[in-house]
Amino acid sequence: MRKMWWKIASIIILLYVIVMGLMGPVPHLPIINETIRNTYFHVALWLAMTTLLFSSMIYSIAYLNKGDIKYDDRASEIAKAGIFYGILGCLTGSLWANFTWGDPWPNDPKLNGAAVGILIYLAYLLLRSSFEDEQKKARISSVYNIFAFAVFIPLIYILPRLTDSLHPGSGGNSTFGSFDLNNDMRKVFYPAIIGWILLGLWMAELRVRLKIIERSQHD
Amino acid sequence: MKRSVIMKRLTTLFSFLLLMAITVSAQTPDSSVEMATRLRQDGKIWVVVAVIAVVFIGIIANLLRLEMKVRKMEKELNIK
Repeated sequence: MRKMWWKIASIIILLYVIVMGLMGPVPHLPIINETIRNTYFHVALWLAMTTLLFSSMIYSIAYLNKGDIKYDDRASEIAKAGIFYGILGCLTGSLWANFTWGDPWPNDPKLNGAAVGILIYLAYLLLRSSFEDEQKKARISSVYNIFAFAVFIPLIYILPRLTDSLHPGSGGNSTFGSFDLNNDMRKVFYPAIIGWILLGLWMAELRVRLKIIERSQHD
Repeated sequence: MKRSVIMKRLTTLFSFLLLMAITVSAQTPDSSVEMATRLRQDGKIWVVVAVIAVVFIGIIANLLRLEMKVRKMEKELNIK
């Protein structure tokens, strides 16, 4: 019997996020105005993506340790959900930037880092599709996945903070949490991250199960 | 709890929410009478919230259907 409760939790949390995220109280800040609400969607998506990619890496390590193909299935499908979130994050960020920074793609180190990071993960998918042998595919792409995550984190979290970036927490900017995120927002922001993570895991889980079905039909 | 029971409850919940959205939108507007329902306040932004919520519920319903289909296939193939 498969567990259903976390999927229902994800639905309820995200409904709460949609309603409270659009109508809940937020701080009044110049230029960003109401777009501060994007924090619940755009920023939460990025954090959910990081969590998904991290757990994908953990499954890759588990595969290399134990050699069970089911870990590689999970690693690859969770990575796919993470990449999906990453692309959504780029698109939503573009929209937001267009109306607050005045340019859909300002040459911001964080944006370029994120784009390179997504490309690294797209290369992971490409690498996966270029092997016929399942074990070989799983082994080599697991190693790649670990390195990809190790490069991805500096690209989007560390390097932008070392230079000037429009994103909060970079250059001379204060971090987002210190001034802009008040307690009203926290009540929505943290559930939002959890909700998006659970939704991503759900999508990944369905794909893993399809993969297992496919495999059992081939045997 | 059995799966079918959960599904039945979920379906009831969704149809209730959908019905709520429909009944709210079906009320004919009368310009002479300004009703102060919550959905007409704040520049009617709550209508947008309702629309987004309905779209989200629709997407989730789709995901749940997919879930059931996969489950059925798993049952036929005796996976777990």
